Amino acid sequence: MAETTQRAAFPIRTSFITEKVGIAPMIAAVVLLLIVLAAIFAPLIAPHDPIYQNPIMRLKPPSAEYPLGTDNYGRDLLSRVIWGARVSLLIGIGVTVMAVVVGLLIGLVSGYIRLADAIIMRVMDGLMAMPSVLLAIAIVSLIGASIWTVMAAITIPEIPRVVRLVRSIVLSAREEPYVEAAISLGTSMPRILWRHLMPNTFAPLTVQATYVCASAILTEAILSFLGAGVSTETPTWGNIMAEARVYFRLKPELIFWPGMALSLCILSINLLGDAARDILDPRMNKREA
Amino acid sequence: MSLLEIDNLTVAVDRKNGKTVVRDISIHIEPGELVCLVGESGSGKSVSSLATMGLLPKGALKVTAGKILLDGENLLDLSPSELRDRRATRMSMIFQEPMTALNPVHKVGDQITEVLEAHTKLSNADKHAKVMDMLKQVGLPDIERVAGSYPHQLSGGQRQRIMIAMALILEPRLLIADEPTTALDVTTQKQILKLIKDLQREHGTAVLFITHDMGVVAEIADRVYVMNQGDLVEDGPVMEILATPKEDYTRKLLSSVPSLVPRPARASVSKKTALDVSDLNKFYGAGRFLAKGSATHAVQDVSFKVTAGRTLGIVGESGSGKSTVARCIMHLIEPTSGGIRVGGQQISGLSRRGLKPYRKKLQMVFQDPYRSLNPRLTIEESIIEGPVNYGTPKAQAKARAAELLDLVGMPEGSADRYPHMFSGGQRQRIAIARALAMEPELLVADEAVSALDVSVQAQVLNLLAEIQERTHVAILFITHDLRVAAQICDEVAVMQRGQVVEYGPTADVLGAPAHDYTRSLLTAAPGRDWDFPNFRPVAA
Repeated sequence: MAETTQRAAFPIRTSFITEKVGIAPMIAAVVLLLIVLAAIFAPLIAPHDPIYQNPIMRLKPPSAEYPLGTDNYGRDLLSRVIWGARVSLLIGIGVTVMAVVVGLLIGLVSGYIRLADAIIMRVMDGLMAMPSVLLAIAIVSLIGASIWTVMAAITIPEIPRVVRLVRSIVLSAREEPYVEAAISLGTSMPRILWRHLMPNTFAPLTVQATYVCASAILTEAILSFLGAGVSTETPTWGNIMAEARVYFRLKPELIFWPGMALSLCILSINLLGDAARDILDPRMNKREA
Repeated sequence: MSLLEIDNLTVAVDRKNGKTVVRDISIHIEPGELVCLVGESGSGKSVSSLATMGLLPKGALKVTAGKILLDGENLLDLSPSELRDRRATRMSMIFQEPMTALNPVHKVGDQITEVLEAHTKLSNADKHAKVMDMLKQVGLPDIERVAGSYPHQLSGGQRQRIMIAMALILEPRLLIADEPTTALDVTTQKQILKLIKDLQREHGTAVLFITHDMGVVAEIADRVYVMNQGDLVEDGPVMEILATPKEDYTRKLLSSVPSLVPRPARASVSKKTALDVSDLNKFYGAGRFLAKGSATHAVQDVSFKVTAGRTLGIVGESGSGKSTVARCIMHLIEPTSGGIRVGGQQISGLSRRGLKPYRKKLQMVFQDPYRSLNPRLTIEESIIEGPVNYGTPKAQAKARAAELLDLVGMPEGSADRYPHMFSGGQRQRIAIARALAMEPELLVADEAVSALDVSVQAQVLNLLAEIQERTHVAILFITHDLRVAAQICDEVAVMQRGQVVEYGPTADVLGAPAHDYTRSLLTAAPGRDWDFPNFRPVAA
């Protein structure tokens, strides 16, 4: 038993991925890779300038020049959806990194120091009691909307989820004899946290990170759609859908394509998260066998 | 005709070219016979029994050759539903840990009734009567109350009795018992062994009893099979195996069993007191805000001394408070009151920072070698952690680690490897090396050899004795095993319910016990009449 757990801590082997992961996560990985590449190389592959307005070409159907048609200002929809991936992914990754780093630090302290735990966890309970979109809107309207404030506003409600996870892992890992051995070897508290406790959190955090990322992308789209997100000139999936809302009856595809991109992106990330959990959690593996 | 006949059974890992875990073994059991299958961990004894029950984990292990005949019927040819029927009516099994084998959310009486419901068409009243009769037979007190209890409300011994009742209620002809007493205290173990033996006689049930404990074998077996690493080594009537073993492996296994006769007293090497514990008290659950109920007095007025170069054993059953004493001394928990002096310096009540200079002098070896080393650190990193904390330069600490690994008998090149690459015994050696790296004055060994096989256990005990001779470290040895205590300790303190009931030189305490509890522990030790290393009965 102990040995399976240890092996699960270093699980990445290529044969393992093809044998055990299955087809759905592979497709998800390919889709996500395409979206990431599209975002990185947006200036090269987008056929048009995403914010160039061409009033003559308003609300045109798909054509050779505009593969997905144009919006109400005559901007190319395909280019706008491609550029929109940039904001979504940037926010998704940025929020994940910030939430994981901050959550990990708070969680470690909370799991190991009893007094800090009592205070920190009540704050976290309070944060979790507020709907995350509402909290984000409040933060954005307080400090103004830019990509950085939006990122911060989405990060804050995500932090408690990471903190709770890290704390619960630390609480069980600190009972391990090797942690007690470290105490009797005179190892200082920060070093015990860093060296003996933190590595235990990596596998579950990887899984949690994918869910945080997906949820951040979705929240960003919601904020944009509500007009509380990144400024309306920037093409984001939420902004495109918000503008196209008025023309929904006339041109439903204006909402369909950015919505499709958003759904595919989130679905892929979630599928990858599930696959990561199956690989990293030895119990799930066993159940399948 | 034999009741159970296992012919040339081979079990392998269920993969292409999977490793063979049980090779070509043949076992037969006559009706009403009690057969012991004995071996160390990894010998394949449990796998053989699971194969018989058709309970091998699917996709992990499979039978690749051989036959298992129960009453002449090959169990390997049966369909899953036929096998399920045989499992209840003709053979049944009890396991090591009764808590995990019982469903925690159902009353135990209902769980036994369920077995009857699945396999018989008795009326409710008949079922109830049968369950009560069975509970009475397994020697449970107040059976109506027990039947209405949930598993967690019963003690370990009572739970094992419930398991036995459940296994025997359909009067199977074969009972397979897989280490059924390993998780129990000696006094409870004695009762359960007697129960199994009695039921076997009364009902004529054949028993296949799997164990690693030679004491248990001597106590109950009619015939013995010895297994080692998947092979059957030797078999024969119990007295033949114990008195005139033919194979080297069996001889080695028997001579590793520590004798209950205390070893001769050693001359003391030093007058210096390494550890002085006076009136130590520990309450659990007291002083917490809004705590309900009264506190548990886990350790009551415990006092003892250990001199340099000597070993004090603390023996007792589970819940006696012996581990709590160790953890208080190590300051992994704070004692409620009392003094702990290390090398003359009072250390109880010191702050974390104030304690740091003294931590070095006390080191601990933990019970479970699989969990006491951080799986993500190399052996070297684990060993140098302590010295580096106290300011030793890394290069020097590494050189010292290499010396220590050599001292504890680890092969060269182990330093850069990870704990999971080593066996339990080797890991315990590493843990000892890690403790020694601090050059402690006192080594606290909390059940340090309990998780190890007997032959490995003997090696680790020798290692500890050797180290003590060389470094004159004082050892506080906590164990539930009187045999181990008799062989390693100079003095013994016997603990019962938080109190030291008897304390003195090993020869006196274990040779001529004065307290009733010590006496009952000694009489409960399985195989106490047999001197295993010398292949003969204990001279009276």
